[in-house]
Amino acid sequence: MTVLEDPPAGAAPEPIALPTDDAAVATPEFERAAERAASRRGFFIALPAYSYLILFFAIPLVIVMIYSFGTRNRFGDTELANWNLDAYRKLTEPLVRDIFFRSLWLAVLTTVICLVIAYPFAYFLATRSPTIRNLMLVFVMIPFWSNFLVRNFAWRVILGTDGPFSRATEAVGLGESRILFTPTAVVLGLVYGFLPFMILPLYAAIERIDLGLVEASRDLYASGWQTFRRVLLPLSMPGVVAGSILVFIPSLGAYVTPEILGGAKTTLMGSYIVTQFLTARNWPVGASLSFTLTVIMLFATILYFRKGGRTL
Amino acid sequence: MTETAESENRTDQGGAAPAVGISGITKRFGEVAAVDDISLEIADGEFFALLGPSGCGKTTTLRMIAGLEFPTEGSLQIFGQEVGTLPPNKRPVNTVFQNYALFPHLNINDNVGFGLKMTKVPKRQISSRVDEALAMVRLTHMGERKPTQLSGGQQQRIALARALVNRPKVLLLDEPLGALDLKLRQEMQGELKSLQRELGITFVFVTHDQEEALTMSDRIAVMDRGQLLQVDPPEAIYERPANRFVADFIGQTNLLEGTVQDATTVCLLNGARIPLTTGLEAGTQVAVILRPERATIGPRSDAIAGRSAVDGVVRSITYLGNAIVYRVGLDWMEIEVREENRPDAHRLDIGADVTVSWDDRAVAVVTE
Repeated sequence: MTVLEDPPAGAAPEPIALPTDDAAVATPEFERAAERAASRRGFFIALPAYSYLILFFAIPLVIVMIYSFGTRNRFGDTELANWNLDAYRKLTEPLVRDIFFRSLWLAVLTTVICLVIAYPFAYFLATRSPTIRNLMLVFVMIPFWSNFLVRNFAWRVILGTDGPFSRATEAVGLGESRILFTPTAVVLGLVYGFLPFMILPLYAAIERIDLGLVEASRDLYASGWQTFRRVLLPLSMPGVVAGSILVFIPSLGAYVTPEILGGAKTTLMGSYIVTQFLTARNWPVGASLSFTLTVIMLFATILYFRKGGRTL
Repeated sequence: MTETAESENRTDQGGAAPAVGISGITKRFGEVAAVDDISLEIADGEFFALLGPSGCGKTTTLRMIAGLEFPTEGSLQIFGQEVGTLPPNKRPVNTVFQNYALFPHLNINDNVGFGLKMTKVPKRQISSRVDEALAMVRLTHMGERKPTQLSGGQQQRIALARALVNRPKVLLLDEPLGALDLKLRQEMQGELKSLQRELGITFVFVTHDQEEALTMSDRIAVMDRGQLLQVDPPEAIYERPANRFVADFIGQTNLLEGTVQDATTVCLLNGARIPLTTGLEAGTQVAVILRPERATIGPRSDAIAGRSAVDGVVRSITYLGNAIVYRVGLDWMEIEVREENRPDAHRLDIGADVTVSWDDRAVAVVTE
């Protein structure tokens, strides 16, 4: 039981071993070595994430890029020879351009709607007591408990001509609902799917703001709206930026939701790319479109982050 | 423009309306009354301190004047105008917050000009008034910096400038010096006081530091548990405290329990009779307030005419530099005596038999 044993009577207690040599004396060499060790440690900690990104993002992106310069032969196979820019020329055609702008418009719309819905909610959440906060955060997460695909099919049932939504519109005399297979349904589905990605960063950003600043603003004659405009919004900008990126990017490249809820007339970029690869068997065009899209998003994200970073 | 409006306002009120008029104000948070039915008038141009321990309701009172809390009931007037239900931006008052609450995303100019911008003052006027305000707190050429680039003392002054630039009718200060170190705090006390005199604006000041309240204020309201205990000038608060709490909270105090024997005598617990005119009925339980600096300590000796004395033993000695504080054990309690560190001061050792004496006019009594 006792870890410390009493020394036998009469024996002198064992002295504590103190370093008697100069090993613990600080030297510049030791300091440098310690710094090197720390940076090495940092590298190993980040290694799994780096490997993942290189293996599943950087290398595939390079492959996509290589394919975009290839040639499609008449059997629908891609030859990695005769390097050319034909695939990129195809992107300037009106058909592709229309699809691009339609996707862009729906993604922007989805982001704005998410922002408008999420901001007040995030503010409400950030100003509640911790208990209520945690409870409501769980509610925000609940949709993730079921599969994304399944939830999209659920919307198809809800919005369909026999669905509860249509019955409700009929009941109030608005007639049968024809929302399903329209861009409206796609935006609805995207907003539904990506709203949590807007709420969470916004909540994190607003929660960090000292609410005493809101009081100070009101004390300095600012109305509620002015306080939001001049104090809350600028201070929560990092959350707005992060949330917008997290919603905008997957919306722009969305495939599942437009496939399930959108109609034939609302082909979006994701579907078009899939068609190029699987149906048209024109890999270079699909690859060039994918690559262009990735590069645009990358630059947009960097720009947006820079802008957001400055307002901090 | 503002000045005419103000003078009109004042003539409307006949000049008699107090800067802040509080009557029967109560603020309940759930079941707890943070402020319990207090009434108070703060005169125009007064430097007024709300003093008390934390949780006494002083900050809640200030926040109600600012409009950051709405009273549960009662009347709250600023220069005769009922403001109890107005939001903060509709009240002619500004606040200097405890942690300054400077906007981190705005530079100093925009911080100070915030209130003017919100009230739609023309741009050119804003910049000249901001410069003026920064000059007033002696922080010119700082306008382009962000608040985080300033020291605590500088941030404190910016907070002051940000409030004063709006020419409020009443300036509210919530422990504004609490975060500063001692030297800076004392410096700012003097600056605040002279600024207030210059501007003639009513200052309402919340503090838990009794010394700060005594130094700076024209009048002090001592609060405890949501109640107002005493509202008086500093001298009256210190020399004639209304009750034990005030006596104990303001400065150091020895409370000697006793009973009134007759019109001019109080009998202490040990049976010693001291001459003291209380005007109270015989038999009333009282406590005699003996301030440590008003007692004199010396080797055991006989009584001197005009002085009361008790005998004791030195229990501990604290050397403060400018003074020496002795804790003296009497038969029934311990008291503190403060001896200024003069060359002729008695230097006593622990265990020394001593006599503590005081001028009969140097003490007061409280009953509650």
